[in-house]
This record gives sequence, C-alpha cells and structure tokens, in this order.
Amino acid sequence: METSLIPRLELVGITKRFPGVLANDNVGFSVKPGEIHALLGENGAGKSTLVKMIYGIMQPDAGEIRWNGQRVVVHNPKAARKLGVGMVFQHFSLFEAMTVLENIALGLDSKVPARDLEARVREVLKQYGLQLDPHRTVSTLSVGERQRIEIVRALLLNPSLLIMDEPTSVLTPQEVDQLFVVLRQLAREGCSILYISHKLHEIKALCDTATILRGGKVVATCDPKVETSRSMAEKMIGAGLKDVKKAPGRSFGGDKFVVEGLTVPRTEAFGTGLDSISFTVRAGEIFGIAGVAGNGQSELLLALDGEVQVQPEAIRIEGKAAGELSPNARRRLGLCAVPEERNGHAAIGDFTLADNSVLTARNRLGMVTGGLIRAGAAKTYTGKVIADFAVKALGPGSTAGSLSGGNLQKFIMGREILQKPSVLVVSQPTWGVDAGAAAAIHQSIVELAQTGTAVVIISQDLDELLALCDTLAVINGGRLSAPMRVGEVSIEEIGLLMGGIHGTAAETHIVPGERDAVPA
Amino acid sequence: MQFQLEKRPAPSRTMRIVTPFAAVALTMVLGAIVFTLLGYDGLAAVREIFFTPLTNSYKWQDLAVKATPLVIIAVGLSVSYRANVWNIGAEGQYIVGAIAGTGVGLLTHTMTGPWIFPLMLLAGIAGGAAYAAIPAFLRTQFKVNEILTTLMLTYVSVQLLNYLVFGPWKSPTSMGQPQTVLFSADQSQPYIIPGTIVQVGTPIAIVVALLVWFVMSRSVFGFQVRAVGASPAAARYGGFSANRTVWLALLVSGGLAGLAGILEATGPFGRLVPQFPTNYGFTAIIVAFLGRLHPLGVLIAGTALAITFVGGEVAQTTIQLPFAAVGIFQAMMLFLLLAGDIFVRYRFKRSVPEATRAAA
Repeated sequence: METSLIPRLELVGITKRFPGVLANDNVGFSVKPGEIHALLGENGAGKSTLVKMIYGIMQPDAGEIRWNGQRVVVHNPKAARKLGVGMVFQHFSLFEAMTVLENIALGLDSKVPARDLEARVREVLKQYGLQLDPHRTVSTLSVGERQRIEIVRALLLNPSLLIMDEPTSVLTPQEVDQLFVVLRQLAREGCSILYISHKLHEIKALCDTATILRGGKVVATCDPKVETSRSMAEKMIGAGLKDVKKAPGRSFGGDKFVVEGLTVPRTEAFGTGLDSISFTVRAGEIFGIAGVAGNGQSELLLALDGEVQVQPEAIRIEGKAAGELSPNARRRLGLCAVPEERNGHAAIGDFTLADNSVLTARNRLGMVTGGLIRAGAAKTYTGKVIADFAVKALGPGSTAGSLSGGNLQKFIMGREILQKPSVLVVSQPTWGVDAGAAAAIHQSIVELAQTGTAVVIISQDLDELLALCDTLAVINGGRLSAPMRVGEVSIEEIGLLMGGIHGTAAETHIVPGERDAVPA
Repeated sequence: MQFQLEKRPAPSRTMRIVTPFAAVALTMVLGAIVFTLLGYDGLAAVREIFFTPLTNSYKWQDLAVKATPLVIIAVGLSVSYRANVWNIGAEGQYIVGAIAGTGVGLLTHTMTGPWIFPLMLLAGIAGGAAYAAIPAFLRTQFKVNEILTTLMLTYVSVQLLNYLVFGPWKSPTSMGQPQTVLFSADQSQPYIIPGTIVQVGTPIAIVVALLVWFVMSRSVFGFQVRAVGASPAAARYGGFSANRTVWLALLVSGGLAGLAGILEATGPFGRLVPQFPTNYGFTAIIVAFLGRLHPLGVLIAGTALAITFVGGEVAQTTIQLPFAAVGIFQAMMLFLLLAGDIFVRYRFKRSVPEATRAAA
C-alpha cells in the first residue's frame, strides 16, 4: 500500500455527545484507497455512532471529516451517497412482499427505468459473481441473499467507500466466505471498505488495518495480520480475556427435558412454523440450537417456555407432559426461560428490577401470599441477583430500562438461574452484550449445568455454541437437524445445515483451529 | 439560537407530577385571554370558575356532590387504562348501572328494610359490569376494538333509558312526565353531614379510591394490569393472560361506573329521568388522565373538575358566561396536559445550528 496517497477518508478529532454519554471522543483515523479497514470495538464502543456521522445520519459535535483531502460536511445520507459513500446496514430495510428489483428501485435517489435498472443490476451481479434472481420475492430469500440486495443497492452507485456494519452476524460460514470474495474484489478495484465487526477471526482474514475503539476513544490502530485474536480482544475490552472454565469429562444424568414431534403452524404471513422438532436434554447437559436468524428460533422459544401452548406430549419436563401448560405452570415444574429480546419481553423497561423479579420469580420463590405481593421478598431476592451477578445498578429500585444491555442481561440471567431451575432455555444469551458480561454469563450457564440442570441455548453465534455446548443441532426452516456431539462435528457440516436448501456447496476456508472458540 | 427536544435518559418523575398542575395553571391563563377576546371579563371568568368554589365554604358541599361520581368512574377507568384497555364508554355503563339498580328499586318499592339500598348498589355494579362485558367479549373473541364498541354502546344505553322512562317504567302518578317513581327512604342515599347535601356516596368514593390504590400497588392483580399495559409480550412471558386482563379491566371499570350511576340515581336525582346522562362518564376520562391514572391523583383531579362544574354555574349567574365555557376549560386542561406530557420523556436543549459552522 502506498503511503504517499491522499487518504480516501480521514477523520480528525470527531466528538459526539449524547445525554449522559460521550459516544465519540476525539476520534481520528484514515482509510486509504483500496484499503479494507476494520473498525473494531465492543457494543457501545461508539462504532455505530461514528459511521452514522460518516454516512450523514448524524452530525458530529466537533471535529472534521475529510474526503480525498477536502473537508466536507455530510448533511444527510443522500449527500454521502453523492460523495461516493455506500453503506450496508446490519438490519436490512426491505419490503418482504416485493421483488428484489422493486426493492432496489425504491432505494435509489433518482428514477431509473425498470429495464435499464435490471440490466445494471444483472451487470453488477455478474461482475462480482453474486447469485441473485432480480425477480424473486424478498420473503422467499435467505438472509444471505437479502444482504446481497443491500450490497447490490450500494454497488449500483459505484461507491469509492463501502461501509459494512456487522455484515456477517446473520450469515452461514459459507456465505461469509462468499462475501469476503466480493469485498476483496472491490478493494482490488480501488474501493475502500470500512468493515465494522467484533469477530476477530474475520478481521484477521480480511482486513489490512484495524482501528480499535473503546469507550468512544481510539485505543489502537494495528495490523490484524500480525496481531493475534487474543491481543486484539484484550485491546478491545481493555482487560485480560477470561476463558470459560468447563470441567473435563463431564457425565450426564437422566433425561430431564424431552421435546418430541413439536409442531406449530406458522401464524404470520412471513413467520416460520415449527415442523416436528424433537430433542432430548439430559441432566447437566448443555444443548445448543444453531441457525441463521428467522428459521424458527423465536417460535421455538415461545413454544418451549409456554407462551404458545402445544400438544401435551410434545414437551416433557422431568417426565411430566407440559405442552399444554402456561408459562406459570411450566415454571412450577422447573422450567425457566430467557427470551432473546431483553427490553419488552424478558423484562419491562419501565418497571423496577424488583418488579421484574416478581414478573417471573413470584411463584417459585414465594413472593406472593394471599394474592398480595411481598415487596420485601422481591427486594431481597433482587438484591441477591444484583450482588451475585455483579449487575451494575443502583439497587432493586432502579428501572430495568436504565441499565445497559449487558447489565440487564446479567440481571435477567441471574433472576432465572437463582431460581435453581431444573431446565433452563436461553435464547441469544449474549446478543449485544460486552465481552466482560458475556464471559460472566457463559460461566454462569456452565456452572448451572454442573448442578444438574438441563440447559438449552438457542443462538446465532456459532462460536458461543461451540464453546459452551455438549451437543448441538441446527434449526433451518422450522426443522431441527439430528443432534451432533460438539468436538466430533466440523464447522463445514454445521454451516451446510444452517444454509439448508439455500446453502451452496462452496468450500470453506475456516477451520475450527482458526476460530476463537474456546475448546471445551 | 435554536432549541431542540432531547430524550431524557429516564422519564422524569418530577415532570410527571408537575405537568398536571402546570396544565391547570396554563388553562387559567389561556382561558382568561380567550374569554377576554370574546368580550367577557376573562379574569373574572377564571376567578369565578376556579376560585369561588374554593373560597366560598357554602359551595364545598356542591364540590363533594359533583366530585363523587367523577372519582368513582375515573378510578375504574384508571385501572382499565393502565392495562391499555381503552374503555371510553363509562357513560353507558353508568347509565346501565343506574337502570339495573333502579330495576331492583322498582321491584322493592313497597318493601322496607336496610337491605334494599345495598342491594340496589350491588345491582348497579352488576349492571355496569355486564354492560362492559359486551365489549370485553367482542374484543377477546373477535378482536373488535373496544374503543369503538364501548363508545357506541353509550348511545344504545341512552335509548334504553328513554324507552324505559317513557314506557314501562313511567310513574303512574307523573301526570305524563317521563320519569320513574321517586325512590323511597330505604332506597335513597342517606345524608351523612346534617344540614348539607353530602350523602354516603362521597365517603364511598374515597373508600373506593383507597381500596383500588391498595389493590393496584400491592396485589398480583394490580401487578398483572400494570405489566400487561406496560409490555404485553413481557406479561405473557411472566404468565399473565392478556385476554383475562382485558376482561378484568372492563369489568372493574364498568362495575365502578355502574356504582356511580346508581349512587347518582338514588342521590341527587332521586329517580330516573331522560336528563339523567350528564356526561360524567366522559368527563371522568379527563379526571383519570389528570390524576395520572393513580387512584389518589384521581381524588385530587376529580375535585379539580368538580370545581370547574360548580364554578361554571357560579359564572353563569354572576358574569353571564355560557355554561359551555366549562367544557372549553375542561377540554383545554386535557389538551394542555397531554401536550405537556412530552416533557416527562424529553427536555429542551439549546442547539448550535450546523449552518454557523464552516462548510466545505
């Protein structure tokens, strides 16, 4: 890379303040033409705020953005696109009921006749070897294919800087490899790429430079090829990384949680039904369910925790038929659950932590007598959860909404785990949680399993599942694969199962040794 | 210099308490201006409507009488609204409660005994609850929006009332007047303060408010209502049925509206007449919101709205202000309160305009 070139993008002293938090503090770095530049940091480190300012969604409070050496003010995304900045968001903005082409047409700043647009889309698809049928309806596409729509949308504008926000969080390993091929080709053609992620093995595989943000500040700029994943992770979290401690040679008890032929018809037009799902979890076993988002995970959690009732025999908790039971009755039998959505499902943001304890723990822990709530008992229990799980909160009287994502998740996990459930079902236990909190949550799950609890983890994070689980199955299109023993299964196999009918047989270059999965 | 709204890190508790008072104060200011522009003595209008009922001790008993139905209905509505169940047909439940209680009164008209009046109250509660059960059934079985059904059933109840007082229930001694027979002594509200018009309904309203406060803050039922209202998904995860909550919310608010109805019939009215519906059921919606859906707040807000009613009558005679002016003041109060609510979650922030900074 020639250093004499004027940077494509240069940030100088960018500062952005929100009420009560300094999101970006004097941030500066530069991206050269044709460079793949990683922006690395934990959730809340200020990555998203920073790219929103580059893309014109927000304005910095101080500092300047230089584009090819010229100072610019990016008033809005349209202005950013005019400069040549393209962005692919983590969450897609697509209309499910419309075709690929219609969705692309809607996202353009200028009107282009449908025929010309189709020709240009096909040209871009061919140029980058992307598989996508412009006339397919979006609802029939896999997540990977949907992302390709967003990429095509950005590429149609011939960007000279492409911002990718956590692009691989919803992709199978094979789809990730295909994406990297496209990104490398773009970079060779001179397009700069700003790649936001917290997945270190991807950054090592793809990026030329990495800027690491922590607490809104740049803490390091490094070459990911010479750094180890561990050294970058430690810079990112600003502390030593803790591994999950798992006792070797664990043995399991009897069957605690048996799901057999669980079938739920789909209720929403673009939802997923569940098709005769069966699995068994033994005492002390951690059972993982992998899969790309939207393949029935949410529906499965609702059926398992009792928010949706099913055939009585489809779910057995310690031998008792529980399919027809309400969430309360299932809790009495010993099943506790943690849904994916923290605020508004697992907890009520406007309620105090003590009231959030009452929400799920009132019957198992005797917080109710004669129809009245024992506020003292709820407060004591909440205090214990806060202390045992190191939740950063002022006390049981703080509202759940005032906690950061990681702290709220620690509270919710603690609230369920301290009820000593015999079965725990958790969805996305560390989604959007900082590394420190994630390590604590992982450790608490492992320790709970050691006490003989049967644990089910539904997660899109394959690294997490490989690190924690004894057994793993993959959900795709509402069907569950046969269970596999972790350690005996390859990433390739899991990836192909995750891809399901949408999957392609492309070769993958990621082998378990390169990943950050901490071996069991 | 520009101002912009900025989200507060957490909803402000202070603002939650301050805005209702600010809304009332601002209503007085704007009301004075509006009525001055209309050619009335604006300051006098505000004085007569908001202050005379308070300073003139003779008017206090009128306040108690007017506040009683408002508080009872609004306490019930506050339960319903907390659960995100929008019962705006309390007026209809109020009328049907009065009809049901009066039905018992007509059946027992020749009898005597202390059991008759309590029985009529129970019939009133049952009537209001039963009338609210119709929207509850439609909502839980067929997902029919309760805002529409509760409102429309109000008009049905008015027709039912008219049919009864013009037809089968018309008093034989009324000389053609559409009205039921006057309730007997055993069928009427006892007076509790000698020499005044304050009847037993007023302490009942206070007890109802305290009781509902206790239930809402301490019981699992209250928790359920608050949880379903704050987050239906989290409530379902916590094991609370949304349909059950809809039923409970409508039965409680309907039952209390019915109680207010029969108290009004056996108290100030003494019988059923076509003029019985006086929009207490609608005004109570303002009371519920002004009281922040809190039973104790409703006690204060109910008194505030009663002041405007009593003051409106005063202003009618002293400065010839039309009685419709009271409606304008009440509407302004609700409008300003709802508008002011933005400051609970947001605050003003001075912003530096982007344009003053260097542009490329």
